[in-house]
Amino acid sequence: MLYRETGQFKTSYSADQAMFPILQDRIGIILILVVAFVGVPMVATQYTYTGLLIPFLILALAAIGLNLLTGYCGQVSLGTGGFMAVGAYAAYNLVLRVPDINILLAIFMAGGFAALVGVLFGLPSLRIKGFYLAVATLAAQFFLDWVFIRIKWFTNYQTNANAPDLVIFGVSFNSPANRYILVLSIVCLMALLAKNLVRSRVGRAWMAVRDMDIAAEIIGIRLLHTKLLAFAVSSFYCGVAGALWAFVHLGAWEPLTFDVNRSFQVLFMVIIGGLGSLLGSFLGAAFIFTVPILINQVPAAFGMPISTALAAHLEAMIFGSLIIFFLIAEPHGFARLWQIGKEKLRLWPFPH
Amino acid sequence: MAFFFEVVLGGLLAGVLYSLVALGFVLIFKASGVFNFAQGAMVLFAALTLVRLTEWVPFWLAFPITCAVMIVLAFIIERIVLRPLVNQEGIILFMATLGIAFFLEGFGQTIWGSDIYTLNLGIPKDPAFIMEWLFDGGLLVDKLDLFAAAVAGALVVALALFFQKTRIGLALRAVADDHQAAQSIGVPLNYIWLVVWSAAGIVALVAGMVWGAKLGVQFSIALVALKALPVLILGGFTSVPGAIIGGLIIGMGEKISEVYLGPVFGGGIENWFAYMLALIFLLFRPQGLFGDRIIERV
Repeated sequence: MLYRETGQFKTSYSADQAMFPILQDRIGIILILVVAFVGVPMVATQYTYTGLLIPFLILALAAIGLNLLTGYCGQVSLGTGGFMAVGAYAAYNLVLRVPDINILLAIFMAGGFAALVGVLFGLPSLRIKGFYLAVATLAAQFFLDWVFIRIKWFTNYQTNANAPDLVIFGVSFNSPANRYILVLSIVCLMALLAKNLVRSRVGRAWMAVRDMDIAAEIIGIRLLHTKLLAFAVSSFYCGVAGALWAFVHLGAWEPLTFDVNRSFQVLFMVIIGGLGSLLGSFLGAAFIFTVPILINQVPAAFGMPISTALAAHLEAMIFGSLIIFFLIAEPHGFARLWQIGKEKLRLWPFPH
Repeated sequence: MAFFFEVVLGGLLAGVLYSLVALGFVLIFKASGVFNFAQGAMVLFAALTLVRLTEWVPFWLAFPITCAVMIVLAFIIERIVLRPLVNQEGIILFMATLGIAFFLEGFGQTIWGSDIYTLNLGIPKDPAFIMEWLFDGGLLVDKLDLFAAAVAGALVVALALFFQKTRIGLALRAVADDHQAAQSIGVPLNYIWLVVWSAAGIVALVAGMVWGAKLGVQFSIALVALKALPVLILGGFTSVPGAIIGGLIIGMGEKISEVYLGPVFGGGIENWFAYMLALIFLLFRPQGLFGDRIIERV
């Protein structure tokens, strides 16, 4: 009843092309933003910030990055962890070696470095397709892992890298609440950018390549340009996410933080959330990140004493079954479920 | 010179072990187009089942029981996971096999425990010297590796016979060639999938047996799947001989690079070298060495 577009007339082109053409969607987005920026800081505890919200937002950012590449441009990548590592270590080295650099600038420049590396490892995508490419991107992952473990210059000859003091334009972002606001602002801005990117000429070219690259080439889309741009933008997002993960979430990290499991985790988020949907990236990140935490707390809540090893195995079992269950229920992910729900709501209470 | 050949031989034998895991991937991909990431978890599960059963019953009994368990597992996977997801895109099925992998890893270790179990196949672990007539002092090899190579060889022959000489094998080749055409002449797809997943399960059991005897049965043998992936893309997803040749190339390349390039790069390069090697091959042949030629029509 509430979710109707009846009576909302579009009288200009700009209204027709609006990002959220339905009034209720606009209200919903504004509500979510108000809650995120104002509501959450009023109620959140230290644990909700550092244990849930900050990592969730950063992983969602990485998932958006991968979704641009896999969901929109159709290039499956398992190198996300590697690109995040590039971001993290590039930011670390920038802060370490460039005197008086603004940390925000360092984080975004780190994204730029990740984009360069991403383009390099995206080159094979011009010859290799599908699962061959997915496995080939693992080469990037394992190579980058090795680089940051073995080449000591990147880690400044230490096993653990430490984040600098988070002071940006004279404002300290060291407290959890401030860190949250910082991450939230960056994620919102970059999500907005991504949303506009996929509606633009670039995004349409990506989708054409995803649907069939030969056909796209015939209608005049330059494959080299388009695919490499997708790798660059995707890696930029992953690099920024990696830098944030290292600086804002962890504070001190080692190369194994960004190993192949991280790549798989982000890929799960994208697939479970919905390929080719930015909302799906957030939903997927929320699901994949929070479910293991919840499963972990269930036995303790019931006072069942089980060993940590057994808990880990049960967690894997339940997690695996949930993935299969959701895929069977809706193979196109949460974003599709949400869309179906909205369609139903528009017609409610009538079935057709 | 003898040292060089020793390195090459060691690499080839290690490559055979990778091939064993890659074979399971190929069987399933060929028949159903599913990129089965759960193969590593299946290797672990089969090895765990086998090793724990041998504590109660003799090996000759434990082996067929484990085979039966793997067939039941294939049946369950086909029923619960694959059938509802029929006709979905490849990446969705890939994701589903990742779910299976998680489940199997958790399930196997919940019921069988997660310690390191030693699997004794009755093969002496001491090294042997071969070809003493050719090289001074002979070449040093691990007897277990020789055994693994023999097992892999036997397995490939058995699979080849099964594919070429039996009625089911013919049906399998028909399905691999064209799902719809096979179905239209009356090949039951569900049954065929059950057969290939069972075959992959038994291949996983053999791989688990050999790897388990080498490394001890523990969680890390699920990770050999990651070692098998370069083999897979190098040889081509759809070729059984490709899996073997790919394994040999990767194994050899890895060992040679480790010995001769490792010191230059500072060690630890075996994690990515195989992938890079496969990547370079792929740039020239995008479908792998023996994979089906990819023909795209608009």
